[in-house]
Amino acid sequence: MTPHGMTPHGMTSHKMTPNETTSHEMTLLRGARPLGGRPVDVLLADGLIAEIGPKLPVPDGAELIDAGGAVLLPGLVDLHAHLREPGREDAETVATGSAAAALGGYTAVHAMANTNPVADNAEIVEQVLVLGRQAGLVDVRPVGAVSAGLAGERLAEIGSMARSAAAVRVFSDDGHCVADARLMRRALEYLKPFDAVLAQHAQDPQLADGAACAHEGELSGRLGLAGWPAVAEESIIARDVMLTRHTGSRLHVCHVSTGGSVEVIRWAKSRGIDVTAEVCPHHLLLTCDLLTGYDPVYKVNPPLRPAEDVEALRAGLADGTIDAVATDHAPHAPHDKDHAFGDAAFGILGLQTALGVVISVMVETGLLDWAGLADRMSVRPAVIGRLAGHGRPIVAGEPANLTLVDPAQRWTVVPGELASLASNTPYAGRELPGRVLATFLRGRATVAGGELVRSRRPAVTGS
Amino acid sequence: MARHLLSAADLTPKEIGQILDSAEQMDAIQNREVKKLPALRGRTVVNLFFEDSTRTRSSFEIAGKWLSADVINVSAKGSSVSKGESLRDTALTVAAMGVDALVVRHASSGAVQRIAGWVDCHVVNAGDGTHEHPTQALLDAFTLRRRLGELTGRHVVIVGDLTHSRVARSNVLLLRSLGAQVTLVAPPTLMPAGVASWDCVTSWDLDATLAGKVAGDVDAVMMLRVQRERMTGGYFATEREYAASYGLGPARLDLLPEHAPVLHPGPMNRGLEISSMAADSPRSVVLDQVRAGVAVRMAVLYHVVAGADEPAGLAGAGVAG
Amino acid sequence: MPGQPTSTPVSRGAASTAKTVLQPDDIARVLDRIAHQILEKTHGGTDLVLLGIPTRGEPLARRLAERIGSFGGIEVGLGSLDITLYRDDLRSRAVRPLGRTVEPAGGVDGKLVILVDDVLFSGRTVRAALDALTDLGRPRAVQLAVLIDRGHRELPIRADYVGKNLPTSADEQVHVSVAEIDGADGVTIAAGEEN
Repeated sequence: MTPHGMTPHGMTSHKMTPNETTSHEMTLLRGARPLGGRPVDVLLADGLIAEIGPKLPVPDGAELIDAGGAVLLPGLVDLHAHLREPGREDAETVATGSAAAALGGYTAVHAMANTNPVADNAEIVEQVLVLGRQAGLVDVRPVGAVSAGLAGERLAEIGSMARSAAAVRVFSDDGHCVADARLMRRALEYLKPFDAVLAQHAQDPQLADGAACAHEGELSGRLGLAGWPAVAEESIIARDVMLTRHTGSRLHVCHVSTGGSVEVIRWAKSRGIDVTAEVCPHHLLLTCDLLTGYDPVYKVNPPLRPAEDVEALRAGLADGTIDAVATDHAPHAPHDKDHAFGDAAFGILGLQTALGVVISVMVETGLLDWAGLADRMSVRPAVIGRLAGHGRPIVAGEPANLTLVDPAQRWTVVPGELASLASNTPYAGRELPGRVLATFLRGRATVAGGELVRSRRPAVTGS
Repeated sequence: MARHLLSAADLTPKEIGQILDSAEQMDAIQNREVKKLPALRGRTVVNLFFEDSTRTRSSFEIAGKWLSADVINVSAKGSSVSKGESLRDTALTVAAMGVDALVVRHASSGAVQRIAGWVDCHVVNAGDGTHEHPTQALLDAFTLRRRLGELTGRHVVIVGDLTHSRVARSNVLLLRSLGAQVTLVAPPTLMPAGVASWDCVTSWDLDATLAGKVAGDVDAVMMLRVQRERMTGGYFATEREYAASYGLGPARLDLLPEHAPVLHPGPMNRGLEISSMAADSPRSVVLDQVRAGVAVRMAVLYHVVAGADEPAGLAGAGVAG
Repeated sequence: MPGQPTSTPVSRGAASTAKTVLQPDDIARVLDRIAHQILEKTHGGTDLVLLGIPTRGEPLARRLAERIGSFGGIEVGLGSLDITLYRDDLRSRAVRPLGRTVEPAGGVDGKLVILVDDVLFSGRTVRAALDALTDLGRPRAVQLAVLIDRGHRELPIRADYVGKNLPTSADEQVHVSVAEIDGADGVTIAAGEEN
C-alpha cells in the first residue's frame, strides 16, 4: 500500500455532510480586492462570507490576514485533472494532487476516470470521493467513465454513479474518444435524467491513432514524428454538436486545441446548441516549435499546436466561446517520460501553475479582466459541473470558497519544489505572475502565507 | 568535427568533403591482406541497436574492427519500453561500461538525439525512426561522387515512400549541402507533411520528372523501398497500381540519360518499386552502395571518435607532416 | 588562430626573421646528388620503390624518381604513404584529414622501399611511416631519404640519404617549400614558438 499525504484519523466510510468540513474559525481579510475591485475588508465566519465592508473591526479570536491589495477570487474550479489514484500512486495521489491544487488557488477539482481500475462504477467513484475528503484540501469531484472500462463499446453504470455518494455529474472517457457514433448518441441521451454532462476527448482514432504525437504539419514532417492533424479533433466536435442538437442533451468539449474547433463551437453556440468547452493553460501559451529537441516534457494529448491556433484559443477564451480553463493535470513518473518522444507518456502538470499562466497570457495582455478570469476559472466550471457552493459571487452569505492572489508577486517554477509527486512541467525555470497567498475551503485556510496549511484538527467532527 | 553525428544537417560542406575523401582512402583497405588501420586502437565502440538491422549493424561492426576498435553488439530490441526500463536507463547502463562511442539505431524519431543528451561518449546515428540516417546519405553521396564526379549542380530524383523514409530526409539535407538539386516524387499520400517547405522540388509525376520536364535533366535516381503493409493504411491502392505509377520499369529506365545511375538503399522489393531489370542493369549501383557502406562508416567513426575532443570550428585545422 | 601563443606567428617564407638556407638551385643540386647516391648504394636499383610521405614528401619523391629514371635508365616504383592514422599523437590532437596512400603497381612486398620526406626532426613521423608500411606489405629492406636533417632525434632513427644537415635549436622553425605546393622551392629557418 502506498502512503497518502494525510492520515485518515480513523475514518470509516460514512456519508459526510458539508457542515463537517466547515471551519468554525473566523478570518478577517484586510484590504482585499474582490475581482480586482477596490480594497475592502472581508470577514469569513462559520464557513461563509459573513461581511464585506471598509475597515471592519477584528472580532475576538479571529485570524487577521493583511491582504495588502491582493486580488480576491472565487476558489478556482478545475473540470479536468488526473489524480492517478487508484493505480498509479507512484506518479500522484489524491492527496498530493489536492495539495498542488490548493497551492494553485483551487477549491474544487474534477478527477478523471482513467484510473486503474477505471472509475466506471459506484464503488470506485465513492473511493475517490473518500480519498479527497481525507486529504481535506479541495473538494474532489470524481468523474465517471462513459463506457465500461473506457473501451468505447457499451455504457458504464452511469445511473449508479450519478446516484452514489459521489453524485457524479460529469462523465468522460478522457484519454480515449467516444468514437462510435451510435454509442455517443446513446450516451448523450442516457445522461439526460441526471442533469449530467458528457465531456468528450475529441480525437478520431482513424485520423489520429495512439501513435500520433505531434501536430501534423511542417515540423512533424521534418522531425519524423507521427502526425496528429487538427481535423481529427474538429471532425469529432462537428459530429458531436450535431448529435447534441439532435438528442437535446448537454455536451462539454475537453481540451480544445485548434482554431477550427473554436469555429465549430462558436457556430454551435450561435445555433443554441448546449455545448460548453474548456482549454488548457499549456495550449494558451506553448507552441509546437518546442518539439524540435524531442523533449517529451512537451508531449501532450492533444498536442501543442502552431501560433495561429494559440491565438484563436486566446480569442475564443476571451469572447467566451470557450467557457473554461481546465488544467488536464497529468502527472507522470520520470521513467515514463525518459523515453524517445514517440514512446513517452502523454501529459503535462497543471494545477499549481494554471493561474499564473492564465494571468500572464490573458490578464496581463488585457484579453480578460479579473472578473473574466473568475468567470472562466471558477464560475462557469462550477456551473458546467453542477457544483454547488463553488464559483459563487463574493457577497455576504455565500460559502467562503475563495483564493487570494497577489498579481504583483512573481515566482519561478522549480519542478522539484512543486507539490505534485511528479515533475513533468514544461515551465521549468519560467517566471510566472501571481502568487497564491491564501486559499479557503468553506472558510478554512488550506493555504496561508503562500504555504500549504497542514491541519492538525481532525477532518471529522461529531455529527 | 562535432562530438556526435546525429543528422546530415550537422555536417558542413567541408566536413562532408573530408569524410568522403577519408572514405576514399579507407576504401583501399578492402584490397589489402591485412585489413587493419590503427585509427581507433584501444577504443571501444558499442552498436546499440533497438531495431533489427543485420546489414547496417554488420557494416558498422566491420568498420569499427577494421579501424582496430573493440566492437560490441548490444541488441536492445524488446528491452526498454516493453520491460519497463526507460530509454535513459538502458543507454546509461551501456555507456557506463566505459565505451568511447555508441552507434545507435532506434525505431522512434529523436531517440538517438535524446541518448546523446544523456551519455558522455560519442554518438553516431544509425537510423532513428523515420527521421534520419546520416551514414546512408553519406554512402549514397560517396557512390554518386564516384559515378558522377563533384555533385554541385547535379540533379538527383528520390522516389517512393517519403513519409516514412529517414533515408530521404538525410539525403535531401546532405545533397543540398553539396549543392545538388533534389526532386522528390511520390503519390500525395506518401508525401511528408509540410514537404512544401523543404529545400527541394516535389512532383507526383515520375515519367515527367525522369524525362526532364519537371526540374530539368536528371543525373541520378534513387528508388526507396515501399512497404507492402502501407496498403492497409490506404497509402496506395494495390501493388500493381503502385508499380505502374511509381515503379522503375524498363520504359522509365529508358527515359534516363545515359550517365545516370540507379540507387536503392535496400532491401529491394523487386517488382514493386524497382523492376528486376532495373536492379540488375549496368546502371544499378546498389552493390557499390553496400561496399561503400563500410568505407564511409570507417570514415565517420574516424572523424567523430578518433582524436581529442575539440570545440566546434577547428575541424581540419591540423596540417599533415 | 585561437589557442595560439600571442607572439606573431611566422608565415611560410615571409617572416622578417626567416633566413633562407637553400635556394631553388641548391635544392635541385641536392636532389641530383641524392638520386646518384641512391643509384650507387642500391647498385642500380632494380627493385626500387619510392614512397613519399604527404604532404611535401610526395613531390620530392616524384622528382627523385624522375632523376633516378633519367640518370640510371631504370623504372622506379612511385607511391605515397599517409601516416596520419599511425601518429602517436592521434588521440591527443584534433582529427586530421587523411592524406593519400598510393601503392605503386608492383606493390611493396620484397622491394627495397625508400621513404621520402622533407624534414627529419624527432623521428616520430618516420616511426609512424614504418608502422604504416608494415600494414601495407613486407619490403625486403627500408631506407630513408630526407631533404633536411635538423637533428633533435627522440627515437633511434637515422636517414640513409640527407640533402643537408641543418643544426638548429629546438625552438627554431624550419620551412621547406616546394614549387608543386607552395609555388616556389626553398628552405628557410626562423626563430619563434613551435606551431
